[in-house]
Amino acid sequence: MHRKTIVELQAALEAGQISSVELTQAFLDRIDHHQDLNAFITITAEAALEQARASDDRRDHEAPRPLEGIPIAHKDIFCTQGLITSCGSRMLANFVSPYDATVIQHFKAAGAIILGKTNMDEFAMGSSNETSFYGPVKNPWANQAVPGGSSGGSAAAVAAQLAPAATGTDTGGSIRQPAALCGITGLKPTYGRVSRYGMVAFASSLDQAGPMTHTAADAALLLNIMAGFDPKDSTSVDKPVPDYTATLNDGLKGLRVGLPKEYFGDGLAADVAQAIDASVETLKKLGANIVDISLPNSTLAVPCYYVLAPAEASSNLSRFDGVRYGYRAADYDDLNDMYRKTRSQGFGEEVKRRIMIGAYTLSAGYYDAYYLKAQQLRRLIADDFHTAFGQCDVILGPTTPTTAFDLGAKTDDPVSMYLNDIYTIPANLAGLPGMSIPAGLGEDGRPIGLQLIGNAFEEARLLNVAHQYQQATDHHKQTPEGY
Amino acid sequence: MALDPTDVGKIAELARLEISEPELTSYVHSLTQILDLVGQMNAVDTAGISPMAHPSDSPLRLRQDIVTEQDRRQSFQEIAPATESGLYLVPKVIE
Repeated sequence: MHRKTIVELQAALEAGQISSVELTQAFLDRIDHHQDLNAFITITAEAALEQARASDDRRDHEAPRPLEGIPIAHKDIFCTQGLITSCGSRMLANFVSPYDATVIQHFKAAGAIILGKTNMDEFAMGSSNETSFYGPVKNPWANQAVPGGSSGGSAAAVAAQLAPAATGTDTGGSIRQPAALCGITGLKPTYGRVSRYGMVAFASSLDQAGPMTHTAADAALLLNIMAGFDPKDSTSVDKPVPDYTATLNDGLKGLRVGLPKEYFGDGLAADVAQAIDASVETLKKLGANIVDISLPNSTLAVPCYYVLAPAEASSNLSRFDGVRYGYRAADYDDLNDMYRKTRSQGFGEEVKRRIMIGAYTLSAGYYDAYYLKAQQLRRLIADDFHTAFGQCDVILGPTTPTTAFDLGAKTDDPVSMYLNDIYTIPANLAGLPGMSIPAGLGEDGRPIGLQLIGNAFEEARLLNVAHQYQQATDHHKQTPEGY
Repeated sequence: MALDPTDVGKIAELARLEISEPELTSYVHSLTQILDLVGQMNAVDTAGISPMAHPSDSPLRLRQDIVTEQDRRQSFQEIAPATESGLYLVPKVIE
């Protein structure tokens, strides 16, 4: 049962072949059995079974809701009423949220069951899940490898089939990069498409939530639930939400697929390049036309991002002061000392590093050289995409330069860790939707991700292309040995 | 752009962080590395380019100035480190 997609599980529930309680118990058993992956921070077994029982009762006398009785895991960045919402940090390790994030409300209203909260890099700052206060997550494909990050727990949970799907968030690649490294499907929607209300803020002009699933069809199903206008998020976009499943089966004849030359240059591993080339051939067979394009400023997206994201983070994380919620240091001399000790003990090394970079680049005398310059560069990067979408309908490239690296391989060198997001960051800066789907295995047997980037609010087209690709290939059906 | 320990100490103070001596050395190194990375931005001439603060350039929405939230003081204060009579307690700041 755990190998089924959500679309298949819905059919099994509908046909009465299985109950939500049985399904939920099956996944809880798998979570328990594979605790060594460290994919979960909180497991909500009792509450999940209670929700499943209620769902089964409801199904007996009411029409099922869109995700009736389907168990799902949530990244521990989404506030969930009555549950710890730690954001992977000691700072929030004792924080029981008094409310639900809008995304969580949507899933509850759709009838989904919460299995638990997944592990993540602290405050979503990381590309390997190694900055978590709760320890790293292991990649189910190779236990010595990282699962990627920051949504590493969600990616590992789906890859190991501990949950049929999970939520993630993506500020610079945090859905797409772990999806690639764990061999699953992940979608970062257009900025403003999914509400950020109740999602612990990292960099508010970049953060966006999205689904992490086995297939594009499942991602479409979940995005139907997640997307929509929310008056509680000031940057939520008031635009109708299409039925993302309605266009999955459209043909790709005449689709213009743009290959940015900057995504195929130095630094791209040969096995990844080969897999992406093979994917291009598959899309050609499906009727797509290939167009060579250029995103000239995207090569500077990483430096640009490492000004903007830490600047926004240093401002957002100033709220953690030990006064209203979360951690407070035990001993201190006065108010300032309480702030300092609380924040120094509550935040981990990488979070402190980013706060300091942000504080520095925003400080008097440096603002123009760093923050303003980065905002100008951001405009150029966004303009490149605008030009490119005059020539093509979707942009295709690798999600990451290499397959999953080993645990500990990059922890001493933050810059080399940052460069892992070189292909994912540009879409965040421009606010565009991006997807990663499995494209085969590398020489080391670890998964390779194919990235698709669309124009603003064209999630339906990305899902359509991904679904057609998945109809023609079976990379997304590969599972790690032992799971 | 190389930072020295004094710079990092100053930044830490601005950010209300306490950094120990051994940590300081490591942060001087990594923050300098990051500023070197960031310095690559200077390869592009951005004179006259209007800064982009946000992906959606539309102005922020306005709403009617009416109360929409319920009073949830008690449930919010239950998770606070220290409260008394509906107030958040902090160390004394006025003598």
